[in-house]
Amino acid sequence: MLGSPISIPARRKMERPMKTIHLALAFFATASMACAEVPVLKVLTYDSFAAEWGPGPAIEKGFEATCACDLQYVIAGDGAAVLARLKLEGTTSDTDVVVGLDTSLTENASKTNLFAPHGLTLANDLPVPFSDPDFIPFDWGWFAFVYDKTKLASPPKSFKELAASNLKIVIEDPRSSTPGLGLLMWVKAAYPTDSATIWHDLADNIVTVTPSWDQAYGLFLKGEADMVLSYTTSPAYHLIAEKDDTKAAAPFEEGHYMQVEVAGLLASSHHPDLARTFLTYLGSDAAQTTLPTTNWMYPAKTPTAGLPKGFETLIKPMKSLLFSPSEAEANRQSAVEEWQTALAR
Amino acid sequence: MANSARPLAPGAWALSSGLAALVLGTALVLALHADTFTLRPAEWAALTFTLKQAALSAILSTLIAIPVARALARRQFPGQAAMIVLMGAPFLLPVVVAVIGILSVYGRNGIVNQLLGLIGLPPFSIFGLHGVVLTNVFFDLPLATRMILNGWFAIPAERFRLAETLNLGPSGIRRHLEYPMLREVLPGALTVVFLLCLTSFVVSLTFGGGPKATTLELAIYQALRFDFDLGRAALLAGMQFLICAIAVTVAGRLTLPANLGSGHDRPQTIRIPGRKPLILDTFFIVATALFLILPLTMVLKDGLPALPGLSAALWQSALRSLLMALTSASIATAGALALTLATARNAQGSRLIEIAAMLPMAASGLVLGTGLFVLIHPFVPPESLALPVTVLVNAALALPFLYRLILPEARALHLTYDCLCTTLNLRGISKMRLITLPRLARPLGLGAGIAAALSMGDLGVIALFAGDHNATLPLMIQRLAGAYRMQDAAAAALLLVVLSFALFWACDQGGRRAAP
Repeated sequence: MLGSPISIPARRKMERPMKTIHLALAFFATASMACAEVPVLKVLTYDSFAAEWGPGPAIEKGFEATCACDLQYVIAGDGAAVLARLKLEGTTSDTDVVVGLDTSLTENASKTNLFAPHGLTLANDLPVPFSDPDFIPFDWGWFAFVYDKTKLASPPKSFKELAASNLKIVIEDPRSSTPGLGLLMWVKAAYPTDSATIWHDLADNIVTVTPSWDQAYGLFLKGEADMVLSYTTSPAYHLIAEKDDTKAAAPFEEGHYMQVEVAGLLASSHHPDLARTFLTYLGSDAAQTTLPTTNWMYPAKTPTAGLPKGFETLIKPMKSLLFSPSEAEANRQSAVEEWQTALAR
Repeated sequence: MANSARPLAPGAWALSSGLAALVLGTALVLALHADTFTLRPAEWAALTFTLKQAALSAILSTLIAIPVARALARRQFPGQAAMIVLMGAPFLLPVVVAVIGILSVYGRNGIVNQLLGLIGLPPFSIFGLHGVVLTNVFFDLPLATRMILNGWFAIPAERFRLAETLNLGPSGIRRHLEYPMLREVLPGALTVVFLLCLTSFVVSLTFGGGPKATTLELAIYQALRFDFDLGRAALLAGMQFLICAIAVTVAGRLTLPANLGSGHDRPQTIRIPGRKPLILDTFFIVATALFLILPLTMVLKDGLPALPGLSAALWQSALRSLLMALTSASIATAGALALTLATARNAQGSRLIEIAAMLPMAASGLVLGTGLFVLIHPFVPPESLALPVTVLVNAALALPFLYRLILPEARALHLTYDCLCTTLNLRGISKMRLITLPRLARPLGLGAGIAAALSMGDLGVIALFAGDHNATLPLMIQRLAGAYRMQDAAAAALLLVVLSFALFWACDQGGRRAAP
C-alpha cells in the first residue's frame, strides 16, 4: 500500500479467498461459489473503450478465456476523466489497470506516484521510438483535419495555407478535450517560436470551439464547417462502417502530431501479476487486431494479418510530431494561455 | 396576519438544510481537499461573460414571454392545448440534441440561410453572443411563458367579468389585474431563466465561437478535469452560489403578492375588442410556434432513420432512465410541496428557505458529482450507488423549478383559503386532500413533468458514477456520439426526447385534469 495511512476498505475482505470453507465442503460447492473465488481484475478506462461497440467486450472475452479471472471495467468519461478519477481515489483505488491515458496526460499521471513500473518489454510499431517505464502504448493516431472530398477539391497543405484560406474549421477546446489539447501541441511542435502568429492567423477560420470531440465532429458532419480536427483514421470509420468514401484527412507539410494511448498498472493493485498478464494480452496479436475497427486508431503493434481492408486508403504523414510527456506537460499551461489570447481578439 | 409570526415547520427546516448541505457541502468537500485557492485573470473574464449571457437571455426570454402568454391566455384557437403542452418541449431537450436542432434551422446549411440565399441575401452566422442568447431563448422562452401563463390562469374569471362590468377597457385591465399579477410572477421567472443560463457551458462554448465565450461552468470543468485544482473549482462553485443567492434575494425584494382574491373557478373568457390586439396576438402565437416547432421537427427528421436499429442495451438504458425519472420526480414534487407550503405563509426564515430551495440551480453538476464521489468512494464502490445517488441529486436539481412554479399559487392559496379552513376547522390530511392538492394540481403537475423530464435528460452526476452496466439513456447517447455513431446517437436522442416529452405530458395533463 506504499505506506499509505489509509486502511484497506472493508469491502476488500470479501475478495479474499474464503479460507473457512473446508476441503470437504468445497466438494459440494456450487458453480457460483466457485466464481466468487476467481480473482477480479478491475480495469479503469474511458467509456467508448468499454462500450458494446468498442474494443472492451472482445478484449474482456479474449482475456477471460485464458486468465481464470473476472475482468471488470470501471468507466470514466474520457482520458482526462480517467486521470481525474485516479487522483480522487488516490491510494485507496481498487483499480488494478488503467487503460486510455494519452501522452499529454502521462507526465501528470506519473507524478501522482500511483503507478508501478510495468517491467515489460513489448515490441511496438509506432512511427517514433516510444518507451516508458510506467506505461505501454496500446494504440495511436495522427491528428488531422478531416474534410469532405465532394465539397472541398483542394484542401490546404499546411497550417499556413489553412490560415490564409477562407475555409471554416471547427476545433475542440484544449481545456476540456484531449484532441483540443493535441492540436495545441501540434501547432507548438510545428512552430516552436511562431505558434502565437499561427493561432492569430487561424482565428478567422475557426467557426467555433466545442467542449468535446463528438460535438465538433457532429458540427462538421452537419455541414457547419469545411474541416474538423480529428484523426487521419476517421475516414476509415466512414469507409468501413458506413461504406462512405467521401471523407478524407488533409496531409500537412509541417508533419502531424500524434496521440499515443497508453495503459499502466497501479501500485496499489492486489493482483500485480495478473495485471501484467493483462497488459501483455493488450499488446498481443489478438487484442491488437480488434483495435483498428473498434477504437478506429492504429494498433501499437501491427497484427500479423495486417491492418483491416480500407486502412490502406488513409494518408500516411511523412513526418510525425510528438513531445515527450514532460515537454507536453511543461508546455500545456502556456500553450493554453497563448491560444486564449490569440482567439480572444 | 395572526399566523405570519408562526415559526416554520421543522420538516421544512430539515429539508432545506439537507438541500443546502448537499449543494454547499459537496463544494466544501472539494475545498477541504484543496491545497491552494487561486483564481486567474481568465476566470474573471469568465465571470463577466457568464453574467452577460445569462442576464441578456433572461431579460429577452421573459420580455417575449409576456405577450406570448397573454395571447395564449385570452385567445381560443384550434391546437391551443397542444401548443401549451409543446411549450414544455424545448426546455426538456438535452443540450446536445437542441444544438443540432438549432443548427438545422439557423446553421450554415440551415433553413434560414437557404431562404436568405434564395432572395440573394448574405448568409447569417449563428456563432457569437447572439447565437448563445438565441439558443438560450429557445430553451427558456417556453418555460417563462408557462410560468407567466400560470399567473394569468390564476386571476379569477370573476375579476375579468367585474372589469367588464365596470367598463375598465384594456388599459384598466392591465393596470388593475395584469400588472399586479406580473409583478408577482415576473421576478421569479426572471430568476429561474437567469440561473438556468448561469450554469450552461455547452451552449455558450458551442455557439460562442471561441474562448471569449467562457463561462464559470467551463472554468470548473477545466479546473477539475485537466488541472485537478480542487481549490479553484470550489472557489468558482462558491461564486456561482453567491450569484444565485444575490439573484434570489433581489427577486424576492421585487416580488409583490398580487392578492387578486378567490373565485368560483369559472372558465376564464377575456374579451379584448379591436383588430390590433388580434393581429398582435396572432403574430406572437404563430412566431413562437414556428420558433419552437422548426428545430424540433429537424430533431425528429434526423433521428427517425436509425430508430429501428437501436440495440437492446439502449432500450434497457431507456427503461432504466424512465424509472429513475419517475422516482426522482416524485421525490422532488413532495419536497417542493412541503417547502412552498412552509414558506407561503411568509413566516420567519422564509427567505433562507427560499435561498436553500433555489441553490441547486446554481450548483455545478461536476462539483456535486465530484464532491459526492470523494464522500462515497472510501466506503463503497461509487458505481454500486450510481442509480440512487443520481435519482436523489436529480430530485434536488429539479426542486427549484417546482418551488418557483408552486410558490405564487401556494401564496394565493394561503391568502384566500387559510382563514376559511381555520373557520371550518379543516386541517391535516383533509385540508391537503380537499383544498391544497386540488388547488395546486396545475403547478404540481407541470412541476412534476419538468422534474421527470429534466431527470430523464440529466448527464451530470451519472457520468461520474456509472459503471459498465448501469448507463442511462443520455449517457448512452454521449457514448454513441463519442464513437462516430452519430446516426445512432441521433436516433437515441429522438427516443430520449419522445420519452421525456411523454412523461412531461402525462404529468402536466394529469395536473390540469385534477385542477378544479
